[in-house]
Amino acid sequence: MKKYDIVVIGGGPAGLAAAIEAKKEGIDQILVIERDRELGGILQQCIHNGFGLHVFKEELTGPEYAERFINELRSLGIDYVLDTMVLEITEDRTVHCVSSADGYRIIESQAVILAMGCRERTRGAIAIPGYRPAGVFNAGTAQRYMNMEGYMVGKKVVILGSGDIGLIMARRMTLEGAQVMAVAELMPFSGGLTRNIVQCLDDYDIPLLLSHTITKIEGKNRVEAVTVQAVDENLKPIEGTERVYECDTLLLSVGLIPENELSRSAGVAIDNATKGPIVNESMETSVEGIFACGNVVHVHDLVDFVTEESRRAGKAAAKYVKQEMATSMAILETKAQEGIGYIVPQRIRMENVGEQLPLLMRVRNVYHKAELSVKIDGVEVKRLKKAHLAPGEMERIDLPKALIEAHLGKYISVEVVKEA
Amino acid sequence: MFDIAIIGAGAIGTAIARVLSKYQLNTIILEKDNDVSGGTTKANSAIIHAGYDAPYDSNKGIFNVKGNAMFDEWCKDLDVPFKRIGSLVVAHNDEELETLKELKENGDRLGVPNLEIISGDKVKAMEPNLREDIIAALYAPSAGIIEPWELAIACAENAIENGVELRLNYDVKAIEQHEDHFRIFSDVEDVEAKLIINAAGVYADQLYKMVNENPEFSIHPRRGQYYLLDKEVGTFVNHVIFPTPTKLGKGTLVTPTVDGNILVGPDSEDLEECKKESVNTTYDRLAKVKELAIGITDKVPYGMNITTFAGLRAEPSTGDFIIEESSVVPGFINVAGIKSPGLSSAPAIAVYVGELVGTIMAGLVEKADYNPVRRPKLKFEHLSAEEKAALIKENPAYGRIICRCEMITEGEIVDAIHRSAGGRTVNGIKRRVRPGAGRCQGGFCGPRVMEILARELKCDMEDVLQENKGSYVLSGHTKA
Amino acid sequence: MTKDLVCIVCPVGCRLTIEKDDTAENGYRITGNTCKRGINYAIEEMTHPTRMVPTTVKIEQAFLKRLPVRTDRPIDKKLIFEAMKVINDFTCIAPIKMGDVLIENILGTEVNIIATRSMDKV
Repeated sequence: MKKYDIVVIGGGPAGLAAAIEAKKEGIDQILVIERDRELGGILQQCIHNGFGLHVFKEELTGPEYAERFINELRSLGIDYVLDTMVLEITEDRTVHCVSSADGYRIIESQAVILAMGCRERTRGAIAIPGYRPAGVFNAGTAQRYMNMEGYMVGKKVVILGSGDIGLIMARRMTLEGAQVMAVAELMPFSGGLTRNIVQCLDDYDIPLLLSHTITKIEGKNRVEAVTVQAVDENLKPIEGTERVYECDTLLLSVGLIPENELSRSAGVAIDNATKGPIVNESMETSVEGIFACGNVVHVHDLVDFVTEESRRAGKAAAKYVKQEMATSMAILETKAQEGIGYIVPQRIRMENVGEQLPLLMRVRNVYHKAELSVKIDGVEVKRLKKAHLAPGEMERIDLPKALIEAHLGKYISVEVVKEA
Repeated sequence: MFDIAIIGAGAIGTAIARVLSKYQLNTIILEKDNDVSGGTTKANSAIIHAGYDAPYDSNKGIFNVKGNAMFDEWCKDLDVPFKRIGSLVVAHNDEELETLKELKENGDRLGVPNLEIISGDKVKAMEPNLREDIIAALYAPSAGIIEPWELAIACAENAIENGVELRLNYDVKAIEQHEDHFRIFSDVEDVEAKLIINAAGVYADQLYKMVNENPEFSIHPRRGQYYLLDKEVGTFVNHVIFPTPTKLGKGTLVTPTVDGNILVGPDSEDLEECKKESVNTTYDRLAKVKELAIGITDKVPYGMNITTFAGLRAEPSTGDFIIEESSVVPGFINVAGIKSPGLSSAPAIAVYVGELVGTIMAGLVEKADYNPVRRPKLKFEHLSAEEKAALIKENPAYGRIICRCEMITEGEIVDAIHRSAGGRTVNGIKRRVRPGAGRCQGGFCGPRVMEILARELKCDMEDVLQENKGSYVLSGHTKA
Repeated sequence: MTKDLVCIVCPVGCRLTIEKDDTAENGYRITGNTCKRGINYAIEEMTHPTRMVPTTVKIEQAFLKRLPVRTDRPIDKKLIFEAMKVINDFTCIAPIKMGDVLIENILGTEVNIIATRSMDKV
């Protein structure tokens, strides 16, 4: 049995950044396990620009962003295996995996970093009624077919969901000659970045139908039409607003879910709000020595933030392997209050906090001119003015360690305060 | 010239083919779809009923109880997943309890084994997620769960291995009755056969009309819609749970599936006779299913839904299974109106039809080399670590996981493609080995399954179909 | 005339307001931007809007059939579809290195089409 200091599950942006950072912290025996045929993860199909502004201070496409990390990983001599699926991780950090090339392998590791990313919500998850013909795709699946395999998934397209992948695919399919008829969004606001609405929809005169959903899919063999319907404030379809779009393709961009089947096999506790592992300030899960970072923890909107978080996880895992991690029992918890969907991390051990404690969160609604109020044990310690808050845009608050220590309590909470 | 043409490759047609393949007969199955099991067989409750429900003197009652008892052997020989998990019919009040007693009496009369009326407390102990106000239940330990499409696929494979021919995409357009045989027409070549077995499901009345202008029965589709929930909540219930039946039928059930998911449904909606393809789900009816299931439990975790679907049951105008040689058209055997409990009855119906054929043909001779056992399918996920290691060494394709939700390897997919009644479409592969049947619904594995299908079938990916003709997945190349 | 814009230079998506102002050095008064690039974007968007174009080209002798590419700088918005025609007709052969210029000076715009990943020969 091969032994490693750190095994990283997943060779996408999270896994790459975590492995590189751990190596830089002096850890020698690191293995990255990737299930696909190459490193880079989903970035390889995200051929649009918009990546790297924070990390590289320049604007890159997904493959460019990935290649920079892959090159660094290789130059640091970090081991990786491709086309390899992890079947199970046990609580004692033994990793079972299989591949055609290496067969069934059992690998022991001092620390494990979970970086499996996320998957797309499907038609079934939102139960769109109608037939089940070919031509209904998750936007990400269609993106892979188009950008990597070189296939068109259809010619006349309606998109449900205005998440970034849906918006990006609207432009992508238009550029490749398809007709994108409309993007329907259940909520009264888009889940994607505003700039994507501008450069992917507005530029090509593709209508964005807010507060609309799809209530019928027609076509026995291939999609022939979909019915788009307006919804009321309870998200129920309003009778009489049905509009039939004749099309051959329906793309779904209705959300991403962290993929945590492996985490569960290791006994890692999952947060119902994020659908990812509950983590502490060091991105360590409820199981000692098992860390997690990137979209497996919570879905990010920018890969740059995934990288930043994963570097912290890599650094912390290295610290753990070197037995430099403080494991005190004095734990602060974070609490998402009014208007906040979740906060990562959920638990904080002050000894391991650097100068600043980053808190990542999402709001539940769109707010204009609101404030974020940070409290410790109910006492406000910080207030930030925000011109604009939206669920599609992750918020980050850096709390100075000194500030937390000055108010030492049991929990840190954040809430949205609307302007009076 | 064939001795027998079976029209329809659902659970009934393929089970009959398997029984007939035992004998020295030249048999062909004609199927309009691109795969076996594409009709009612692929979309139903996937239950093997115990058999207490239908009247003791009906075909439904008799064949159900007989059929149920045959599943252990059939599924063992055919390598079809089947579990006798037992069923509970729950009652909330004295009136419903009376109905349970009537059901038990009917079931006892039919010979359903070990029926028992149990107390509300016992129900609670067996099924903690059911409603608090349940006062009693009829427990039928012989009820089971199965993959219905897999039963049909396995029967077809076993029949083919024993000499039966299967022709897909064969849509019967007309039948000519000759003195001692029939001539069957489609848009491809004609087929001649001495006997026809009509196992055409919801189309059985139309098929019969081709030889008899005034058929004695008609079939209308009765649609049922379902939710299928993620394996993560697979232990939500541990038995097949029914409400107390009413005049409208057995009601909406909540059950585990043999693959470990939870199934909730069906509702019951009578469609016009002509709507034989209306397998669409609808907004109102899906809401109705939720409403109906509340009688059993109000805790169904619909947030874990992975797909919804609808199936059509072949509802005969006679109210009971029709299994007989036509009195007007000799040699034309109707096996029609096989609604619920049709799947549970399938093996018994098949054996009976075999006897009927024997009578008509004045005796059948068994083949010396008949083999009832289907070559088992390897299920990578169920192997031990050592077995997995050995298998990958022998065939590296088993080391490549294609579907991560259901842990399906490339080796299993390649095997499913090349079996005798192999899966040649995306859905055909999904039915056989389950990539795409899990929580991502093919989001990740879809392109890879397409790639394997194209490679094994030696075609371009854009020629790979999802299901039937016209169900293309890709519309062409970019930059073409 | 006042116009509201969303800055697309980076994912922050600042909400800009631009107004003709002859007293200003560049002829416009711009508010809402959080960095200098927002000013340039707003003026360009008013005068001659441009866009980055990420897409793919055909590639031969590689493990994939398409190679991702992009314009090396924003291209005139009006020329996007015309540029796509040129890009769609182009085929490259592996190996390719990230950053390789595949199509030079497309449509005489001085914009190049560059590879956004490396792809080995198989």
